[in-house]
Amino acid sequence: MPEDAVPRLSGSRSDRSSATAGTTPRCGLDRQVSTYVRSSVVGDVFKALADPTRRAVLDELTDRNGQTLFELCARLTTRHGVGSTRQAISQHLDLLEQAGLVTTSRDGRYKFHFIDTSPLRAVTDRWPVQD
Amino acid sequence: MRITITSVFVDDQDKALAFYTDVLGFVKKEDVPLGEAKWLTVVSPEEPDGTELLLEPDTHPAAGPFKEALVEDGIPFTSFAVDDVHAEFKRLRELGVRFTQEPADMGDVTTAVFDDTCGNLIQIAGR
Repeated sequence: MPEDAVPRLSGSRSDRSSATAGTTPRCGLDRQVSTYVRSSVVGDVFKALADPTRRAVLDELTDRNGQTLFELCARLTTRHGVGSTRQAISQHLDLLEQAGLVTTSRDGRYKFHFIDTSPLRAVTDRWPVQD
Repeated sequence: MRITITSVFVDDQDKALAFYTDVLGFVKKEDVPLGEAKWLTVVSPEEPDGTELLLEPDTHPAAGPFKEALVEDGIPFTSFAVDDVHAEFKRLRELGVRFTQEPADMGDVTTAVFDDTCGNLIQIAGR
């Protein structure tokens, strides 16, 4: 991973981490709140993953984490044959970000996108994978 | 009709000349005083009579927001051809050039994107 293409993480990322950590309840009220949070987050995750272009975005961020919108668009066009406009890709990224699967971080004047797979844990927590 | 000039908007012509010559390796072709600014162009040493790159002042009020919006989304203002993107990436990074996109295979070309220190991102591309 390029050392200078990985900017320091901004507050939004750690905010999201702490929200995810809250899905392990310790008392009744926490449980109620976390169940609500968890079900809405899982719903967002399913919606986010339901689209092939958004899955391709996650594929490309898995290949290289920390990409500009330009790099993502170029990869989607040349590697996945996605003909969407930059604006459409930006909207896909917004939806992925709402689901917690993508985070953005500013580094100076640049903006980079990162994959965050931690929301996927809510899926297997709810329906554990049988080995 | 022929294309003889292309341009980039730069925030400082002297700084731009230093970067585009000392770091990128182009050579100065024209340097004509024009009031506050200069008609300042560089060319590739591989093609001294080829297309000139005009280092144009970005003093128009629309230029700043335009450049910032492109940079935020990682969009290069223009693209230069190189024989070996990976080798050029290594050379430029050792000179302290900041890349927003390291070399990546994009179909039948490899591209990378760097900051020209004058408010633009520039792509290099090679097969």
